[in-house]
Amino acid sequence: MNEQEIRGMVADVKEGTMSRRSFIQRMAAVGIAAPIASQILVWNDVAMADATLEYKPTKAGGGGPLKMLLWQAPTLLNPHFASGTKDQIASRIFFEPLAGWDKEGNLIPQLAAEVPSKANGGLSADGKEVTWKLKPGVKWHDGKPFTADDVVFTWEYAADPATAAYTTGAYKDIKVEKVNDLTVKVIFKEATPFWADAFVGVTGQILPKHHFGEYKGAKSREAPANLKPVGTGPYKFTDFKPGDLLTGVRNEDYHVKNQPQFDTLEVKGGGDAVSAARAVLQTGEYDYAWNLQVEDDVLKRMETGGRGKVSAVPSGDIEFIILNPTDPWTEVDGERSSVKTKHPTLSDPKVREAINLLIDRDSVQKFIYGRGGTATASFVNEPKQFKSTKLKYEFNIDKANKILDDAGYKKGADGIREKDGKKLKYVYQTSINAPRQKTQAIIKQACQKAGIDLELKSVTATVFFSSDVANPDTYTKLYVDMEMYTTTQPQPDPERFLNQFVSWEIATKENKWLGRNVSRYSDPAADEAYKAAQKELDPVKRAALLIKVNEIFCEANIILPLLSRTRVAAALNNLSHDHSGWDVDTWNLAAWYRS
Amino acid sequence: MATYLIRRLLIAIPSLLGISLILFTVLAMAPGDPFSEMATNPNVPPEVREAIRASFGLNDPILVRYLRWLGAMAQGNWGFSFASRIDVDDLILQRVPTTLFVVGTSQILALCIALPVGIYAATRPYSIFDQIANTLAFVGFSLPTFFTGLLFILIFSVTLDWFPFVYRADIAATGWRWYWEMFRQAIMPITVLGLFQAASYTRYVRSAVLDVIRLDYVTTARAKGLNERTVTLRHITRNALIPVVTLVALQMPAVFGGAIVTEQIFRIPGIGSLLISAILANDTPVIMGVTFVFSCLVVLFNLIADLLYGWLDPRISFG
Repeated sequence: MNEQEIRGMVADVKEGTMSRRSFIQRMAAVGIAAPIASQILVWNDVAMADATLEYKPTKAGGGGPLKMLLWQAPTLLNPHFASGTKDQIASRIFFEPLAGWDKEGNLIPQLAAEVPSKANGGLSADGKEVTWKLKPGVKWHDGKPFTADDVVFTWEYAADPATAAYTTGAYKDIKVEKVNDLTVKVIFKEATPFWADAFVGVTGQILPKHHFGEYKGAKSREAPANLKPVGTGPYKFTDFKPGDLLTGVRNEDYHVKNQPQFDTLEVKGGGDAVSAARAVLQTGEYDYAWNLQVEDDVLKRMETGGRGKVSAVPSGDIEFIILNPTDPWTEVDGERSSVKTKHPTLSDPKVREAINLLIDRDSVQKFIYGRGGTATASFVNEPKQFKSTKLKYEFNIDKANKILDDAGYKKGADGIREKDGKKLKYVYQTSINAPRQKTQAIIKQACQKAGIDLELKSVTATVFFSSDVANPDTYTKLYVDMEMYTTTQPQPDPERFLNQFVSWEIATKENKWLGRNVSRYSDPAADEAYKAAQKELDPVKRAALLIKVNEIFCEANIILPLLSRTRVAAALNNLSHDHSGWDVDTWNLAAWYRS
Repeated sequence: MATYLIRRLLIAIPSLLGISLILFTVLAMAPGDPFSEMATNPNVPPEVREAIRASFGLNDPILVRYLRWLGAMAQGNWGFSFASRIDVDDLILQRVPTTLFVVGTSQILALCIALPVGIYAATRPYSIFDQIANTLAFVGFSLPTFFTGLLFILIFSVTLDWFPFVYRADIAATGWRWYWEMFRQAIMPITVLGLFQAASYTRYVRSAVLDVIRLDYVTTARAKGLNERTVTLRHITRNALIPVVTLVALQMPAVFGGAIVTEQIFRIPGIGSLLISAILANDTPVIMGVTFVFSCLVVLFNLIADLLYGWLDPRISFG
């Protein structure tokens, strides 16, 4: 999809001949996440929609207890130390960012009075400044007013490397200035098209200066408020036992009228996903369970009880296969899969094309993931405006056989194809996880029919995803021919996500395999488009550039996307909840209610 | 006695040091990384990840890290958890009461079943009662707790809807309701653990009693005209208890250590579940803390068992 096409679609939305939703879906098809799609619409003066939950209760309180079950237990409550989603969910109950993302990728103001835009003067023309107006009258849980000082402090806190905050990435290259008590200005060094990172969503939660002021930098761990959060959120902190139970009570001074409905909140942790689903869907002991990476069949069976329902929202997480274009079996300068080598057979685009035809994505979705994923051919699927419409997937063994025949790969006596003595035999690696092993088996079977032999290898997740330099089985080492895993797209903008397709991010021995480009493939055109996208302020042009980067890798069949994963949660039938794949499940907790 | 005690305590020091060194080395060499979650997150730049690793001292050689840990430990500083950034001793202390309650009660339940059943079965060997008890004991310890646990959940929670299967350490209720709620949530895990333990104890008690019951002094006691009850309780049981006491004493560390599998199934916030989540998160200081407490308890209860021998059987001396 190019710039013209996107512009045409935007015009259609403006005229009303195309719905917002279908625009967003079309964009997802070319690998553009929903938030970016909606950003494009805003840039072109189509008002932002509000996909958040409609809040029906007419008064705050009176809803009784809300009981949530996280099968991975939260272990800390400082949002800037939160390493995993579980901690981010827990801290978001008490702390809020200036704005959060709804499930369609719209930016919804939380502590901000409004979302900055060109129209309201929040975004400067050169793309270097963003001015946030803060919501007046917001109070911290201890009664002190929330002001611009807290926002500026949060930046100082997270940007300080000695604090060891996990959110540093969003803050270290910006400057934040207080304009007045209710206005702050974020200044970027360079024109930054995607400005909604600092103070937004997961990384953006604002800390109270009067509680954390003394604990900036090396003393960050000692702050008592790390475990006794004082925030602005809908619930006030009562008690926390790390790895077990978190309790809270209604914040009577919450800054949104008539919210929240529940009087108390309980977040229980521990156990496993299946029994968490059971505690909601079958026994009804809990109101809500999160991140149910459970086979869909199991969930469907539990749902038949009629107590609860499962909901799935799209996210940017993608399950994909990498075909290694470098040689994993030859060591050069102390590393295998070195960019200096070429894979004997996988460097042949025809072979890669054939393998892509041998992946039965529809079956993988239908029989393994169910509602947990949507089959896709594009690496970026959400927000929709970034999804490539050019990329299509197909499962066709005959066509694959023909391509291989034409390319001169002949079947040997053992049924395995070879050319010039090089056999199409590959090691296919992934982490240990039941759906992944099943997917491996489906692909192996199809490949066998085309004369390609796959040896399946699975590695424990803790090893596979570690950055252990000494271990040959980590995913960034790629000491195999094929590899499959999910990468998460933590914020809606795919720019940072797509840095795994640029040449300067290639994982090598030199950078201790910390580079983000695991496939080791590079294309000057992709590099160029990526660099141009980093500076491009017009979201339409930018989306077109990022789509190009995505398409280059997928068309080269280096990256074979399988499924766009969804976030699956279970809730009791009477609970109206609102979770988003672009933010944590509790991002809009204040608006949850029981009917 | 006193010299024996001192000697044993002195021997314990090098063995604990050895245990801690081995534990530490194995943990340090084990694959995995406490910050693996960051690795797939493009939001955390590699240099930030490296800085965090360095600030937690993860890049130093193993021996340096061990000596640092040992030095801190000697001063009573257990270190802090990488996952929650809380002191390890606080984390462990938070979990102790729940574990003591659940596992302790299940041990008492196990003994309350095993002692009478074992003794009664041994006094009437090969009777119907003995055969049934034996069969049940065999079935009981052949069924692993994760199986019986899930079975109980399916029957009593999902189908019958009698008990909750998610355990809450602090129940928001007072007075009788509190006891009732506590009973309702604790009964399944306690029964699962207790029955499993009771099965193995029963077999043990039975064979220990059988060994003693045929001895001459028992016949003598009967010949004196003592009634059967006195013979069984005063003469047989006391002597038969020596091996049972050892077994129970050696089980005590497990009472503190919790029951890893059962705690996981019922979401009991005990030490076992702390250990397992720490292992999964590669949270080395917590794993070190918990396993070290275990080893201290094992050493301590071995000593206690040895001392109890002397009290139960005056023929054993500590010369």
